[in-house]
Amino acid sequence: MDALNSQLLSLLVWLPVLGGLALLFVSDSQAGLAKSIALIIALVAFVLSLLLIAGFDSSTAAIQFEQKLLWIEAFKIHYHLGIDGLSLPLIVLTTLTTVIVVISGWAVQDRVGHYMAAFLILSGLMVGMFSALDAMLFYVFFEAMLVPMFLIIGIWGGPNRIFATIKFFLFTFFGSVFMLIALIWLYLQSGSFAVADLHEFPISLQAQIWIFLAFLIAFAVKVPMWPVHTWLPDAHVEAPTGGSVVLAAVMLKIGGYGLVRFSLPIAPDAAAALDWLVIGLSLVAIVYIGFVALAQRDMKKLIAYSSISHMGFVTLGLFLTFAIVRSTGDVSGAALGISGGMVQMISHGFISGAMFLAVGVLYDRMHSRQIADYGGVANTMPWFAMFAVLFFMANSGLPGTSGFVGEFMVILAAFKANFWFAFLAAMTLILGAGYSLWLVKRVFYGEIGNDSVAALKDLNGREWLVMTVLALLTIGLGVWPHPLIDMMNASIVELVNHITTTKIAP
Amino acid sequence: MNIVEIQLALPEIFIAVMACVILIADLFISDRRRGLTHLLALITLAFVTIITLRMLWPVGASELAFYDTFVRDRFGDVLKLFSYLILFAAFIYAKHFLRMANLYRGEFYALSLFALLGVMIMISAGSMLTVYLGLELLALSSYALVALNRDSATGSEAGMKYFILGSLASGILLFGMSLIYGATGTLALNEISASLASGADDQLLLSFGLAFIVVGIAFKFGAVPFHMWLPDVYQGAPAAITLLIASLPKLGYLALIIRMLEDGMSGLHADWQAMLVVLAALSLILGNVVAIAQSNIKRMLGYSTISHVGFILLGVLAGTAEGYAAAMFYTIVYAMMSAGTFAVMILLSHDGIEAENLEDFRGLAKRSPWFALMMLMLMFSLAGIPVFVGFFAKWQVIAAAIGAGFTGLSVLAVITAVIGAFYYLRVVKLMYFDEPENTDAIEAPADFKAMLSINGLGMILLGLFSGGLISLCVSSFAG
Repeated sequence: MDALNSQLLSLLVWLPVLGGLALLFVSDSQAGLAKSIALIIALVAFVLSLLLIAGFDSSTAAIQFEQKLLWIEAFKIHYHLGIDGLSLPLIVLTTLTTVIVVISGWAVQDRVGHYMAAFLILSGLMVGMFSALDAMLFYVFFEAMLVPMFLIIGIWGGPNRIFATIKFFLFTFFGSVFMLIALIWLYLQSGSFAVADLHEFPISLQAQIWIFLAFLIAFAVKVPMWPVHTWLPDAHVEAPTGGSVVLAAVMLKIGGYGLVRFSLPIAPDAAAALDWLVIGLSLVAIVYIGFVALAQRDMKKLIAYSSISHMGFVTLGLFLTFAIVRSTGDVSGAALGISGGMVQMISHGFISGAMFLAVGVLYDRMHSRQIADYGGVANTMPWFAMFAVLFFMANSGLPGTSGFVGEFMVILAAFKANFWFAFLAAMTLILGAGYSLWLVKRVFYGEIGNDSVAALKDLNGREWLVMTVLALLTIGLGVWPHPLIDMMNASIVELVNHITTTKIAP
Repeated sequence: MNIVEIQLALPEIFIAVMACVILIADLFISDRRRGLTHLLALITLAFVTIITLRMLWPVGASELAFYDTFVRDRFGDVLKLFSYLILFAAFIYAKHFLRMANLYRGEFYALSLFALLGVMIMISAGSMLTVYLGLELLALSSYALVALNRDSATGSEAGMKYFILGSLASGILLFGMSLIYGATGTLALNEISASLASGADDQLLLSFGLAFIVVGIAFKFGAVPFHMWLPDVYQGAPAAITLLIASLPKLGYLALIIRMLEDGMSGLHADWQAMLVVLAALSLILGNVVAIAQSNIKRMLGYSTISHVGFILLGVLAGTAEGYAAAMFYTIVYAMMSAGTFAVMILLSHDGIEAENLEDFRGLAKRSPWFALMMLMLMFSLAGIPVFVGFFAKWQVIAAAIGAGFTGLSVLAVITAVIGAFYYLRVVKLMYFDEPENTDAIEAPADFKAMLSINGLGMILLGLFSGGLISLCVSSFAG
């Protein structure tokens, strides 16, 4: 078992990547074969990721399932994989999302083999990024995944896909090059690319601020935070359903994960000094983008803006720590914000993925994403309406769904820090309910809008399966979030202790 | 002069002899059996590889021969090996094109081998005289190659332009050399280095000489503001020749800059560093920005070359062992990427008509998915996206530049790289996102396909296993 354990993460990275490469050679006439192979690979990867949960010891913040090989000798770069409580949930989220995307991609007609290959490769790269413990390895995965996503949006996307995908690529690329420079600077100073070494390496405040800002550009684009969020609505609207799901469910989390893994522990003093910046941007995202979402006519765009607003919660939660410590002096209580942010990431992964799938269900039938083209869908698709309403309710933070847990924890943490933070953050509950429920009203309820809505058919078996799984997870996590919080707790406590200790060189 | 010294120059002697042999043998080979010349040229490269490998194997210190005019060291051997490799690929790519364009003649092989000889002499130069000898041999062969299609007006124009500006550059370089000779009283690079270290020379004379030399080198490399000839020549020359002059000479020019500036004039490091900073920054900005506006792919790649030259100079100007190793890695990788990219262009040309416009790439993924995939890898590698090898090249150069304290310039470099990514992405967009105008699959001979596959897959494999090549480059400058 030990031999398998040390290889498990590698398997999770390379099985989908190599499987995806193999799928490139499956010809278009054998689309069925390509889909079956892709599904098997995705399921195997998912089961393997469940083995990670089974073998994971949540009582410690230590790195588990570690694997370390020398990669580039001249620069002491290692192929170093391993997970702790922060990365494990995100890895499982990735493999699960891949299964869902493969199933929901069953209806794709054009270049099926390549479609499946792109998602599998993307999945492997994302798992690699979440488990990389060497900064260069992380960067390589971080950048490499732009390639499949670029192709997914560009090949299978909507009418304006080329603009959207190039914008997506260049925004992310632009952000990440600053991180590259920061990483190289850190290497030249500390002589190591190992994340653990960089966590411990003392840096002056001045340098920390530069590093923090460089990381922030990279991750803020990815999250995305206001004002570098503009690529996301474009990318979401133009991406095929599967692309939107992966983008919303997993790729946005990369930004949050990066903040937790790099920004906070490597430059904690700068993070403490500049937390007002991130908190401010997060609050702008929560409130302002919430209003923007209210004004959308396109369902995918509405969900995209809602994602930005909800990811604002994540960044808010992550950076509340310092304000809590300043106002209460209580280090142990400061973990609440980070826990809330992490829970919100996972929950948003389920909910946003599910909402994009729901829009995909409608789009497959009507070829329109405009809210105005619908009305009274619940009359013709009652089962679908049940699921969709659940997901939109969860998005607005209904208690009993996963959307509530993370938001509640973050708002609670915000109260500890500053009443006005909490007040503004709580605005999202109103705004979120506003745009979610208004959309539900306009699309699902009321009179049947037009003849094509009247002709709609309810969910097929494949869609049922996907919707049920996501609905169960959304409710499950909402009712009983304890296992997830428990899984992350040791790592979060460790992280909070680390970042509340100064690392300015004496 | 003794037998040991001759052994050191065995690869050069071998190539010189074989180039003459091929030139003469080709006279007796009929057009139908031209394949023999091709084969002979490939065998020549295979043999010279073995000879050079035997010299590389015992890792020894550098050796001087022929009254210090000739150096054999690890740096030179590694660079030569990659020159053979690139010429080998170029021969295979070119054959397909030359056949289509009715240019399949023995002169191509003889001239290319003479160009290789020039590159090798430059790589092994121990004296300014040898540097100049190699440079001129390379340049004269290149001029003739560019004008190989004597019925083509654009080809002749490009050849003429190349000749005039190239000669001007050679003249400037030569003038700089004479000034340095005047100041130090010697042509041997190691003696110049020693003389500079003594600090007894006329600084004014040295500064002038250095400036002329740097300008000459910048001309040859195509660094801004001495780049004007480059896009015109790239565009005007037949595709197979552009492939050759875009890849092989770069290795020679790298040797030129390292022999002259590092081996010979490291004493004036601060002076040439300041000059290179300006050249690198301008090349990075202008190359990347102007490339966006091009619709002719050869011209676009010409400007892209200028931006890559900026990166190479960035490595060199760091002036550290890491910097030189990074520049060397970058140049080798760039030559490979460049050869592969032009090979895809050759692929798209038909009946001797070159596929010059970006539009010709439209829908390539539907016509020939495999070739499109190779081009995709080459483009992402040129753009510097991991895990393709181009990323590791850029990354090392930037690491070296930051290590030498050029953080601002590095930030500029990465920002221009982001700008540059746009025009590479545009090629990918044309291939993958657009519909083809005609859906005919593209035919190519088996050897061409195999070479292009190796070239394309090499981008990702060299990236995944970049440690070996990095170590090779680093060890070339160790100690």
